[in-house]
Amino acid sequence: MNVLVHLAAEEPQNPLIPPIPELVIGLIAFAIVFGILAKKLLPNINKVLDERREAIEGGIEKAEAAQTEAQDVLEQYKAQLAEARHEAARLRQEAQEQGAALIAEMRAEGQRQREEIIAAGHAQIEADRKQAAQALRQDVGTLATTLAGKLVGESLEDHARQSRVIDRFLDELESKAATKAEAGR
Amino acid sequence: MSADPTTVLAFETDCHIFSGCGFPAPSLWSFIFEPIVGDRHSDFYFNKPMLLALLSTVVVVGFFWMAFAKPKVVPGKLQMIGEAGYDFVRSGIVYQTMGKKDGEKYVPLMVSLFFFVWIMNLWSIVPLAQFPVTSIIAYPAALAAIVYVLWVSLTFKKHGFVGFFKNVTGYDKSLGAVLPLAMTIEFFSNLLVRPFTHAVRLFANMFAGHTLLVLFTIASWYLLNGIGIAYAGVSFVMVLVMTVFELFIQAVQAYVFVLLACTYVQGALAEHH
Repeated sequence: MNVLVHLAAEEPQNPLIPPIPELVIGLIAFAIVFGILAKKLLPNINKVLDERREAIEGGIEKAEAAQTEAQDVLEQYKAQLAEARHEAARLRQEAQEQGAALIAEMRAEGQRQREEIIAAGHAQIEADRKQAAQALRQDVGTLATTLAGKLVGESLEDHARQSRVIDRFLDELESKAATKAEAGR
Repeated sequence: MSADPTTVLAFETDCHIFSGCGFPAPSLWSFIFEPIVGDRHSDFYFNKPMLLALLSTVVVVGFFWMAFAKPKVVPGKLQMIGEAGYDFVRSGIVYQTMGKKDGEKYVPLMVSLFFFVWIMNLWSIVPLAQFPVTSIIAYPAALAAIVYVLWVSLTFKKHGFVGFFKNVTGYDKSLGAVLPLAMTIEFFSNLLVRPFTHAVRLFANMFAGHTLLVLFTIASWYLLNGIGIAYAGVSFVMVLVMTVFELFIQAVQAYVFVLLACTYVQGALAEHH
């Protein structure tokens, strides 16, 4: 049938009045779309979207936890490092102080030993001198007595020992020498 | 009555300018199809828009079936496209108008509406189909009716009879003397005009778009005679321009249709209209 024949034969239907069969088909067609999408396909995808969101959020949470941990460890390390530096500085200070004290102590000890040695030397010398003087005095007495005995022709030994003449004589000599030395200084 | 598409062309194929033939302008007959099965004047027939409507169902369900039937946490290409479309309607339209809490329940309806309307519109520029199903008022009317029934029943359920009345009339004491007039206008506007405009907005846009496409297509053919060939070229360029423009309008109208549906449902759920 040609359209021109239509035009001659009838007025076209008002385009704003919906034909019932097409209304029905439209409703059926949409009902199928809505039914399948609402009952099966969209719940399907919603489930997966939720899973994905959880996975992503879980990942983010994990990453955040790891970051926090790393931060903590870093702080800890920094604290430890600072402590170690502090400790090292303290030890160095202490060692310096100890070293100084040790040196001072050793110096004092050395001084003391030196003085001790000197004192001991002096005492030794004094003792030796006294001993030598003693021995000398005896020898001089003996020699003088022997000499005088030879000159006089008799032994004066016992008498001399008793009278202590020689000793007195030597003491006088000594004291004289001592006063001379005093005056000479 | 044959299903041969050439017999339903709305113009004479051997009619050209300067040949004593008047311009066979597109008319309402461009929107009336001889049924493939049955008689156009009876209540039982099956025509091209019906076929395209059912094909829209197949396309929408088919696409989402392929995309979402076996969804994966790490999506494939098709699933990714499906998700983008789904999220566009869900976040871009439903959550924007109704909020996440109220809107969640209506997401499946709005997603179905959007893609169904869009695909029905899209047939306009698909070769061989070349007819927007929504330019037949029955299809937008059916969908608008679903939305209408939904928001009216929701308003009743949420606010009761008096609350419903106050909601649809925009009852507000502070209006004083103007209140009866305002209530009358609001009542008509919301309850009677709203479903009509909801359907007609989509219908008229697609109707006009198709008319323009048909007009320029017929003109391109009609002008193919003598000097008219130059005009035919211009006309054909307009066909291409309008095709691209229609592609845009089809998506926009589907978006507007669903946006309005969301706004109506949101208005029904709101405490104060």
